[in-house]
Amino acid sequence: MSTTRRELLSQITKLLIVTPAAAAFLDRLGGAETEPASKYLMADHYWAMVIDIDKCIGCGNCVRGCAEENGVPRGYFRTWVERYEVGAWPASEHPEVDSPDGAFDGFPEKTRPGAKCFFVPKLCNQCEHSPCVQVCPVGATFETPDGLVLVDQTYCLGCRYCVQACPYGCRYILPDKQVVDKCSLCYHRISKGLTTACCEVCPTGARTLADLKNPKDPVHEFLRTNSVQVLKPHMATGAKVYYKSLDQSVR
Amino acid sequence: MALLIPGVEGFMYPNEVELQWSILIVLYPFITGLVAGAFILASLERVFNVVAVKPTYRLALLTALAFMLVAPLPLQLHLGHPERSFEMFTTPHRSSAMAMFGFVYLWYLMVVLVLEIWLDYRKDIVLMAQSSKGLVRVLYRILSLGSSNLSERSLRIDERVGYIITVIGIPSAFLLHGYVGFIFGSVKANPWWSTPLMPVVFLFSAMVSGIALVMLIYMASTKIRRQPLDMRCLDTIARYLFYAFLIDFSLEMLDLIHRMYEAGESFQSLDFMVHTQLWISHVMVQIVAGTVIPLLLLAATQLLRLSDLRRRRIYALAGILTLVGIFAMRWNVVIGGQLFSKSFLGYTTYKLAFVTREGLLAAILLMILPFAILWGLAKLLPPWAPGEVRSAGGLHGGEMG
Repeated sequence: MSTTRRELLSQITKLLIVTPAAAAFLDRLGGAETEPASKYLMADHYWAMVIDIDKCIGCGNCVRGCAEENGVPRGYFRTWVERYEVGAWPASEHPEVDSPDGAFDGFPEKTRPGAKCFFVPKLCNQCEHSPCVQVCPVGATFETPDGLVLVDQTYCLGCRYCVQACPYGCRYILPDKQVVDKCSLCYHRISKGLTTACCEVCPTGARTLADLKNPKDPVHEFLRTNSVQVLKPHMATGAKVYYKSLDQSVR
Repeated sequence: MALLIPGVEGFMYPNEVELQWSILIVLYPFITGLVAGAFILASLERVFNVVAVKPTYRLALLTALAFMLVAPLPLQLHLGHPERSFEMFTTPHRSSAMAMFGFVYLWYLMVVLVLEIWLDYRKDIVLMAQSSKGLVRVLYRILSLGSSNLSERSLRIDERVGYIITVIGIPSAFLLHGYVGFIFGSVKANPWWSTPLMPVVFLFSAMVSGIALVMLIYMASTKIRRQPLDMRCLDTIARYLFYAFLIDFSLEMLDLIHRMYEAGESFQSLDFMVHTQLWISHVMVQIVAGTVIPLLLLAATQLLRLSDLRRRRIYALAGILTLVGIFAMRWNVVIGGQLFSKSFLGYTTYKLAFVTREGLLAAILLMILPFAILWGLAKLLPPWAPGEVRSAGGLHGGEMG
């Protein structure tokens, strides 16, 4: 049986239409999760965080929320809170700092008369020029186009060079997997339109996730009207966690 | 300040309490330093025509090879996933100071050490293949790689190529250890490491440790083989050790004085650490016992007229102290760099276990291993002069022409 050219072209056209339609249908059957992910475009976002030190009460909700959401083993921290007590002059040169168990259970009460006292939540600064990414010998840790520093744990050697290179102490080795781990800014949540676990559970709104590429994000107003600072600016890491009311004693 | 966590004084970022790089990472620069130093001593004879050190030429090369073979083992043992280490060859991250180590290592091992040793020994290998029997013969046959031409022309080519490789080898040895220094010196987050002097200091300390090691092995091996010690050779090695040590010490003092005078952000914290946790290993062992005393001893041999026996004893003592001092230097760099918090507000301690993957036992075994390899290499490829081998009754001594 011979096929005319017209018939052949018509069959190919039908095939071209039917195949993607079938694929889309199968995708839909396969699971609902694929839909929102496909809408997330990395090029449309650039993530950062804003922390208002005046609002932090040191409750440790963020530490617990993060550990629960991300399965962080006890004794290691993707985020933690530090308490600073800066005495009056001449004691002001040496602030007293503590962070019992990373403030997992908040802080025990402590009073030092005449001291300036405040809490500093810390997490990975998602640096634009990350020293940790620079030193990874195999590129297992990398910067994403939407402004995050992530780790491919199936590729990490566990050499720990990145732990040494991070000026902020944000990385640790998972004791069971023997690979590096750190804050991912809850990438699995923010890429679905949610906020991070720490921001979600913060009772005072001290931490706010910010999308610098979204012109409607209130972060732009916040950065315009407040004095903000990043940690260790002299390290020139391009840190993207902005602190309002950061004291000079904080390191 | 109150002690909240055992072993921690003051405040550390919570993820910092655990040390990341153990004694095995102390061994890594120590061993590669010995390799680079031993090779540089060997090249003194070949390239710079220092004829006096000729008796140690082959010994230095075999020492370098023995230690080079062991150099990656502490790294592999330390990695969380050693099975993935091959990724560094297949997908190296170009911006990483660590990623090139595998390539630098292979270049140095294969192109420089193995090739140079093979070219230098080719004639001996062929002769030994001819004069031996059975399995030994097969082994030497394999080692000769099928190249049994011993004509004058081909030996001249061996010599010429060997010379070129040594010339390439010197910058390679500099690269190998300067590079190891850069791995530490380029970490801007760590003020104890971050200095452009680090690769240079590493290089000169490598030369010091390698020369001291070959000197000691030469002395020990002649004693074991009951051979007369060539004092002219020993004096020359000791002189080079003294010179290299002077440069090394000056550089380290320059670094120290510079830090003290600048007294930057980290100074108070590091100064406190040197006066407390690092006092013994840094000030007493590294600087006093491991640098100043051997320098004074070596200076005495240069300035005073001492008998051969006295000089030998002084060299042996100075050599041992030097190796201890350089090991302490590696320790103070690697471990010391992790004892203080990057907040500069606290200190942690290093707990050295014994029978663990990264414990003291593993470290001791890794330090014995290169000597065992060297013993095997010396049996296979005797580094002694032919006449000496015969009288010493070595493995193939009697059979050599």
